Amino acid sequence: MNGLPNTIVKLMVRNHPGTMSHVTGLFSRRGFNLEGILCAPVGAGADSAMYLMVKNDERLEQIVKQLAKLYDVKSVTVQDDLDHTVFNRIEELLQEA
Amino acid sequence: MQHVSTRSANTTYSGASLLIELLKRQGIEVVAGIPGGANLPLYDALGQSGLRHVLVRHEQAGGFLAQGIARSRGVAAACFATSGPGATNLLTAVADAKLDSIPIVAVTGQVPSGLIGTDAFQEVDTYGMSIPVTKHNFLVRSAAELVEVVPEAFRIALSGRQGPVLIDLPKDVQQARIDLGALPEPGAPDPASEPGGAVLASMARLIASAERPVLYVGGGVVASGGEEEVRALSAACGIPVVCTLMGLGIMELEDPRYLGMLGMHGSRAANLTVDRADLLIALGVRFDDRATGAITGFAPRARVIHLDIDEAEIGKIRRPDISAACDVRRALKRLNRLVARADRPAWKAEIDALRREHRLEPPRDDTHPGALMARLAALAPRDAVVTVDVGQHQMWAAQWWPVRRTRSFLTSGGLGTMGFSLPAGMGAALANPEATVVVLTGDGSLLINIQELATIAENQLDIKICVLNNGHLGLVRQQQELFYGQRYVASRFDARPDYAAIARGFGIPACTVRIPYEEGTLARAFAARGPMLLDIELPETENVYPMVPPGKSNVEAISSPPAAAVAAAASSNGGKR
Repeated sequence: MNGLPNTIVKLMVRNHPGTMSHVTGLFSRRGFNLEGILCAPVGAGADSAMYLMVKNDERLEQIVKQLAKLYDVKSVTVQDDLDHTVFNRIEELLQEA
Repeated sequence: MQHVSTRSANTTYSGASLLIELLKRQGIEVVAGIPGGANLPLYDALGQSGLRHVLVRHEQAGGFLAQGIARSRGVAAACFATSGPGATNLLTAVADAKLDSIPIVAVTGQVPSGLIGTDAFQEVDTYGMSIPVTKHNFLVRSAAELVEVVPEAFRIALSGRQGPVLIDLPKDVQQARIDLGALPEPGAPDPASEPGGAVLASMARLIASAERPVLYVGGGVVASGGEEEVRALSAACGIPVVCTLMGLGIMELEDPRYLGMLGMHGSRAANLTVDRADLLIALGVRFDDRATGAITGFAPRARVIHLDIDEAEIGKIRRPDISAACDVRRALKRLNRLVARADRPAWKAEIDALRREHRLEPPRDDTHPGALMARLAALAPRDAVVTVDVGQHQMWAAQWWPVRRTRSFLTSGGLGTMGFSLPAGMGAALANPEATVVVLTGDGSLLINIQELATIAENQLDIKICVLNNGHLGLVRQQQELFYGQRYVASRFDARPDYAAIARGFGIPACTVRIPYEEGTLARAFAARGPMLLDIELPETENVYPMVPPGKSNVEAISSPPAAAVAAAASSNGGKR
C-alpha cells in the first residue's frame, strides 16, 4: 500500500456483456466502495482491461480475493505504482459536463 | 434409415435435446421443476429422454428438492423453471444453495433472444438477478455454446468451494438445430489444492506448543469428506472439538472430546471451551456470526490456524496466524502424519469439568421439545435422513437429535430459509430410496411450502413429516419476549389449521398428537411405510436455551429470561400471559 486514500486495482477480464455486471455487482453486494471505473477492450477484443479506483483501506485484501473468484476475471493486480492521472483526466471531463 | 451417409457420425440435436443429453452425461437422474411457456421445448425433449422428472408445485421447491439430493449424496443436482415468475420463484432456493455451498445447476427458460429487453410476456432479467446469488451464471446465446456451458456449469458447481450455477436458456436457443459429432466429456471438479509442506509443518509445531487447542469444524469438512481425519487429529493430540450447525455429524456422539455445537444456541461447554482456548484450529468454517457471537469476544486468547478451500474466507472475519486455502481432508491427511501425539491431561481435566458443570440442561419433562426430539429419533431408523426447517425446532433438533453421520442432517444454515425441510426431504427421499426421511418442521415453516404435500403424495415418498406445532413463529416470539419487552407483534397464529385434515386432503395419512404424547401413536406413524404427517402439539411459550443475546459474546449466553425482561413483564401485565 502506498498510503494514498485511493489505489487502483487492474483486472484482465473476458470481454462479454455480463462481466461488468459481475464486477460492479460484487462491489454493491459486499458493500465495497468503488470510486471510479475504466474499461476498454485489449488486443483482438476477446479480453478487456478494467481499472477500478478503490479506497486503500483494510478491506482491499478482501476486495482482491473476491474479485479473483469471479469466473470472467483472469487476473487481478493492485497497481500501487500507477499514478491516478488517468482518473484525474476523467474528473476533468466530469467537471466540464 | 438404410442409406448411410458419410456424415452419419453426426447427430442432429435441438438446443433442448442437447441440454438434456449433457445433463444425462453428468449423471443426473432426477430433475425437479415446473414447465411453462419459455421452457416447453426443454420439457418436450425431457419427456423423450428417460430422465425422471418430478413435478413440484412451486419452483422454490424444485430448487430445494435438488438441494436435498446434493446435500444427502454429495453430488450435483439439477432443477428447471420457466422464465419470469418461474425464475424469480426459484431464486430463494438458489441463494440458499449459495450460502451453504451446495452444488446445484438451475436451468431457466428465457423469452426468445429477439424479445429480450422488450418487456416480453414473462420476461425478467434472470441473468442480472441471479448474479449475486450464484457462484456463476450463463445466458446462452446459441445451441453451440451449450457444449461448453453445461460441462462448465457442473465443473464450477463442483470445484473448490461448491455452489449453485444458473443457466438461462432462451426459447429460440432451445429450438435451434445443431449437428454434432462427439459430445464433450462431462464437467468434473478441478483437482483440489494442497498446502505446502512448510505450512503444514509450522501448523504441527503450533499444535505441539499449544496447551489448550480446540478444533472448530464445519460444513467444509463435510464437503471434503474429512470427518475421519478430524476425528483422528482430535484423538491423536487430545484436542476437544466443537462444530457448527453445518458440521453436525462430523464427530461421533460418544466421543469424550466432542462438545457439541457452538454459537448462539450452542452448548455452554462448547462456548466456554472456545473461550479458554490458546489455539483455535478452524477447519472448513467461515466464522459466521451465529457461530462466533460478537467477534471481539470469540476465542480472545487463541492463536488461529485456518484451513478453508475458499481463500477469500481466510482473514475475512478473523486474521489467522497460519492458514492455507486448500482441501481440508487432504491437508489433514498430511498434517496427521506430522503432529506429535499428546494426551494433554490438564486440558482434558478442564474440559471434563466444563462438560460436567455445563452440560446442555436436560429437558425438565416429557413435553419439553428436546425430549420430544430424542423420542422421535429413537423411533426413526438409525440411518434415517433428517431434514430440518428453520426456527426453534431447528435449534432443538441441533441440540437434541443424535446426528450420527454427515449428510444425514440437512438444514438451511446460512440463509435460514423457512420452507426448506419439506422439499429438501423430497430430494433426500428420491436420492436415498432405501432410507426413511424424517422432516422436522414447525407450523410456521410448513406453510411456506405446504403445496409440496401434493408432490409427496403423487410420488409416494417415504417421508415422516413431524410438524412441531406451537402456534407461533417461535423464535420471533422468543426474541420479542426476551429483548422487546414482551411486546408480541405478528408472532402468534390466531388461525390454527387442522394440519392432519389438510394432509389427508392431499392424500397423505396423518394424525394429531397432543400433550401428553401417546407413545403408541408416534410409534405407529413411524412403523408404517410411505408418507405420513404428524401434527404434534408443543408447549406454546417454551424458549430455546442457552441463547446468546444478539450482539453479545458467546460466553454471555443466558439460560432464562434476563432480569430486564422479567421486570418488564411484571410491570406491564402483572405476570399474565
